[in-house]
Amino acid sequence: MKFLVCISNVPDTTTKITFTPDNKEFNKAGVQFVINPWDEYALTRAIELKEAQGSGTVTVLNVGEADTEPNIRKALAIGADDAIRVNAHPKDAYFVAQQIASVAKEGGYDVILMGKESIDYNGFQVHGMVGEMLGIPTVAPAMKLDMNGNTATLEREIEGGKEIVEVNTPFVASCQQPMCEPRIPNMRGIMTARTKPLKVIEPVGEGARTEVAEYALPPKKQGVKLIPAESAGDLIKLLRNEAKVI
Amino acid sequence: MSVLVVVECDNGEVKKSSLEVASYGSQVAQMLGTSATAIAVGEATEANLAKLGEQGISKVLYDAEPRLKDFVNGAYTKLIATAAQQEDSKVIVLANSNIGAAVGSRLSVRLQASLATNVVELPKVNNGQFLVKRGAFSGKAFADVTLQGDRKIIAVKKNSIEALHEAGKTAQVVAFSAQLTDADFADAPKQVVMQDQAGGILLPEADKVVSGGRGMKGPENWYLIEDLAKALGAATACSKPVSDVDWRPHHEHVGQTGITVSPNLYIACGISGAIQHLAGVNSSKVIVVINKDPEAPFFKAADYGIVGDVFDVLPKLTQAVKELG
Repeated sequence: MKFLVCISNVPDTTTKITFTPDNKEFNKAGVQFVINPWDEYALTRAIELKEAQGSGTVTVLNVGEADTEPNIRKALAIGADDAIRVNAHPKDAYFVAQQIASVAKEGGYDVILMGKESIDYNGFQVHGMVGEMLGIPTVAPAMKLDMNGNTATLEREIEGGKEIVEVNTPFVASCQQPMCEPRIPNMRGIMTARTKPLKVIEPVGEGARTEVAEYALPPKKQGVKLIPAESAGDLIKLLRNEAKVI
Repeated sequence: MSVLVVVECDNGEVKKSSLEVASYGSQVAQMLGTSATAIAVGEATEANLAKLGEQGISKVLYDAEPRLKDFVNGAYTKLIATAAQQEDSKVIVLANSNIGAAVGSRLSVRLQASLATNVVELPKVNNGQFLVKRGAFSGKAFADVTLQGDRKIIAVKKNSIEALHEAGKTAQVVAFSAQLTDADFADAPKQVVMQDQAGGILLPEADKVVSGGRGMKGPENWYLIEDLAKALGAATACSKPVSDVDWRPHHEHVGQTGITVSPNLYIACGISGAIQHLAGVNSSKVIVVINKDPEAPFFKAADYGIVGDVFDVLPKLTQAVKELG
């Protein structure tokens, strides 16, 4: 079975967010980038399923410029077999989805996995766009994924519960916990990753449909108002009379 | 041409987040000099749908097909796309929910529309150009985004828009059929499992949330959280370490890789406030932090704080809420 896992290159979760002087781009200076944490579930689960089947391949796909390659190599070190990088700035979800759909179509992948959303753009859009472009089902967000032959059983999170869904390959799923315990690379993985194939291709399609005009930081908090623990009950009065939330 | 609003219903009632979506849609319609039509999904009653008039909706389309009671991605997408074509809708508004995201992303390709999710404000409309503000970087920033093209889809974040309530106005409920076939239900769920909700309040829809961290010391102490939540009419939640060690179920985990909540009130008990946790709560309107460590980073993000032992403070708060009556 051929797995395609799409990963984003995102600022580390502890990053202090700042922007370029024109507020149009995220300021990358001095920032550590990581594999999008949601995508790690997709990657690890694909590797686990491939191992359980005893055959097949896991291909990692990233839409990004050359500076994303360290994290692509990391995904290879975790256990993916090969990688494709679409050499372009990921302009918006629609642009990225077109790249993924094109690669998926050409490569004939059976299972296309990605994280629920990226922690930088928080779009939660790419899964459905890819599914619609390819005319195949999408399951989003998926908390569990098991394969039996060509049939997948997934748990899809809905507000207040879950749906058990069965789909046949090919399909798209966007993954979240508790799907699996994301793996970290070991030394052997890091060594072998260096020589695994990483193909760079040029983007296709029509470009983006949305554009960021400006980023802004949320307004600063006023500062915390402390209430002594002895008179904790006063907090409730403040919440009613001052904050007016109860 | 009208603005099409997707309204999610459950157990006959329109979800609170969908009342906000309806209000958003009717205000956009007003900006564009047109009317707002809703398409209802899920289990709804005609009386409750008619009440969407209070949110400024003039017409509600409803397909009584029983298989639409549960979410089915393929069928919902076709239903809404058909309604959008019939109504010639240039703008579609839906909730930034698991349903909204699953359907909205497919619709955007099918209808060749531009899509913005996680939207927190009404758009600025200028010559058919839409500028919308959306949350980005896990609540740590906002992005003003221009939506290009003739058609736009907007997914509105919960609790960011005040729902309208124009008492006495009713919407016309109209039977609608998208001629759905068995093929459209190919990805229908085999089974739907609903969780037991503490006090019946759904965390993603909750106005108020009481949340516990490792400072609660063990699952046996959760009654302190539940008592306060019950008194307040709040949902309960937890931090990632708590769900990782199975003190609480995963669906209560709030944070970067858990649920993002934006209630009016978030009370954090024994949670230090790691940046990954803050990412899930920082769009809450009022944040209260109770922690015995005065250096806990969460206090920097809080509006109100109590430096004290949760085991001492929580019963006092529950008592004080009960005394409010």
